[in-house]
Amino acid sequence: MMASRGEPPATKVVLLLVPHKDASFHAALRERFRVLDFFASECSPLPAFLGAAAAAPEPPRAAIVVGAGLIPVDAAFLDAVPSLRCVMCLAAGVDFIDLDECARRGVVVANSGSVFSADVADHAVGLLIDVLRRVSAAERFVRRGLWPVQGGHPLGSKIGGRRVGIIGLGNIGSQIAKRLQALGCIVCYNSRTPKDSVPYRYFTNVHDLAVESDVLVVACALNKATRHIVGKDVLEALGKDGVVVNIGRGANVDQAELVRALKEGRIAGAGLDVFENEPGAPGELFCMDNVVMTPHVAVFTAESMSDLRDHVVANLEAFFSGQPLLTPVLPHSPVN
Amino acid sequence: MESLGVLLLRPLDTYLEQELDRRCRLLRLWDAPHDRRGEFLRAHALSIRAVVTGGGSGAGGDAELIDALPRLEIIVCYAVGFDHVDLTRCRERGVRVTNTPDVLTDDVADLAVGLAIDAPRRIPHADRYVRAGLWKANNGYYGLTNQFSGKRVGIIGLGRIGLAIAKRVEGFGCPRTRQQAYPNYTYLPTVVQLAAVSDGLVVACSPKEQSRGIVSREVIEALGPRGVLVNVGRGAHVDQPELVAALAEGRLGGAGLDVFEAESDVPQVLMALDNVVLAPHMGSGTRETRKAMADLVLANLEAHALSKPLLTPVV
Repeated sequence: MMASRGEPPATKVVLLLVPHKDASFHAALRERFRVLDFFASECSPLPAFLGAAAAAPEPPRAAIVVGAGLIPVDAAFLDAVPSLRCVMCLAAGVDFIDLDECARRGVVVANSGSVFSADVADHAVGLLIDVLRRVSAAERFVRRGLWPVQGGHPLGSKIGGRRVGIIGLGNIGSQIAKRLQALGCIVCYNSRTPKDSVPYRYFTNVHDLAVESDVLVVACALNKATRHIVGKDVLEALGKDGVVVNIGRGANVDQAELVRALKEGRIAGAGLDVFENEPGAPGELFCMDNVVMTPHVAVFTAESMSDLRDHVVANLEAFFSGQPLLTPVLPHSPVN
Repeated sequence: MESLGVLLLRPLDTYLEQELDRRCRLLRLWDAPHDRRGEFLRAHALSIRAVVTGGGSGAGGDAELIDALPRLEIIVCYAVGFDHVDLTRCRERGVRVTNTPDVLTDDVADLAVGLAIDAPRRIPHADRYVRAGLWKANNGYYGLTNQFSGKRVGIIGLGRIGLAIAKRVEGFGCPRTRQQAYPNYTYLPTVVQLAAVSDGLVVACSPKEQSRGIVSREVIEALGPRGVLVNVGRGAHVDQPELVAALAEGRLGGAGLDVFEAESDVPQVLMALDNVVLAPHMGSGTRETRKAMADLVLANLEAHALSKPLLTPVV
């Protein structure tokens, strides 16, 4: 369905397959593209919706998707909408997209690039400070009216001089490292391959990184190699004074093992924005003062949502005008 | 210094208390019930040569106490702020005063940064939301917060702590402005002007009379409905009733407060708000730093007992 030279360009038809509630996001898309919104349509289930879109005189050429287990972009999906040539993912993580299949069919894939990196890095550092300095626990103490009654409350741990091991040194991991250095932490990392010209010590595996760390920060993508990358062995290596911060994906950590380790005092604390089986966090953690939990919010600031909107529009405009995507994802390329 | 009579005004730190007990002749003011403290002081007045205080408003060391102790030679503060000590009376009486600077600078700066992130990003609030089961009950919904990185941070007071805060926020890409002359930082001569060009203000100035109430209604208004205030200085630096009203009415976006006008008294109105983070004056609250502070207190007392120069004198 590519327009040939001299003819007016085909209408920019975009499938919107995310339950995105931001009105300005919708408005920005509709200003420039013809949007087929699955979550606003009466045409469900998904196969019926895709079928109708594919059968239309001007079928969609691009699709906006996001993970969270909603709609996998696999061979079946691509078969259902053969006119698709561009998949625009609203997150950095593309584990739900079959990149090889897309490449085979000439479908280009874009992700959120580094749009969210600063906010996720801020959140990771915020969680780290909160766990080490017991900010949330102290706030509960104050809000329960205990300050006048009990006076003192448990002390936290000094942040400067702490060895922080970052798992995954992509955009997000690098920004976390920069912030932690400003706080006087000693940064080390593990990544699939060592990065040139970074001043941090590299470890070839997470176990060795954990041995030399006081805090582990999970900042990597979720894929086969990184599923449960923080498991029993790594927690043991981290030790009873160690802290885990996770802003990657719940499945990067063996959650059951982490909960056990926390219950038994085999690690000192955790700051978690992501969990296995969201929404919801393990109830056993709710009474723990050495744990801070947030509901998968690291990217959700007003500023990031606004930046995301601009980023999506820019990528789609590039695609529709035959230009390369701004933030393409290739099979086997480092995603974050 | 085994013969040095030391009065500890309130429980501060177990290690400090144990060391004082072991190395000096320790008296604990709280051994006497509140209404019998005058009696207690009179009974022990002739043996008390040193007083150890904590920090924060109401920590003790006022003229009344100094006057009740005719043999008092030194007041040793387990704190960097010494606004609770009547320095004028001390000078009149020749009483020395020491504090604990530097050892706690990093901790206070770290907490200031933590509060500066937590106020717009609402981490403690989000944690309460999860613990209350609301994340699940509301089907994954939480809502948007506000970004911290890259925002303009105005620092009131560029002493040791203010400078340490400035260096940290650099790592977040925040351009800094401050209210004191320093190379490379933009300087604004008044706090209102500073507030007008800042997204967030951090109060890190030392407790002097002239900084009382410097975060006034005008300053809060200049900061505005998206602005954030962090206070790790003294509650007295801020017009607290005005701050509380502004937060409740949405005229100020948010706040992170480690200090209050009267500690440990946090206004009920603040307790009901979601856009404020409340901390119980714990800027120096780490095991490592409290030990370092205790050691500095002991070192100052020992120097005094041995007639050697004090390590960190204020007077």
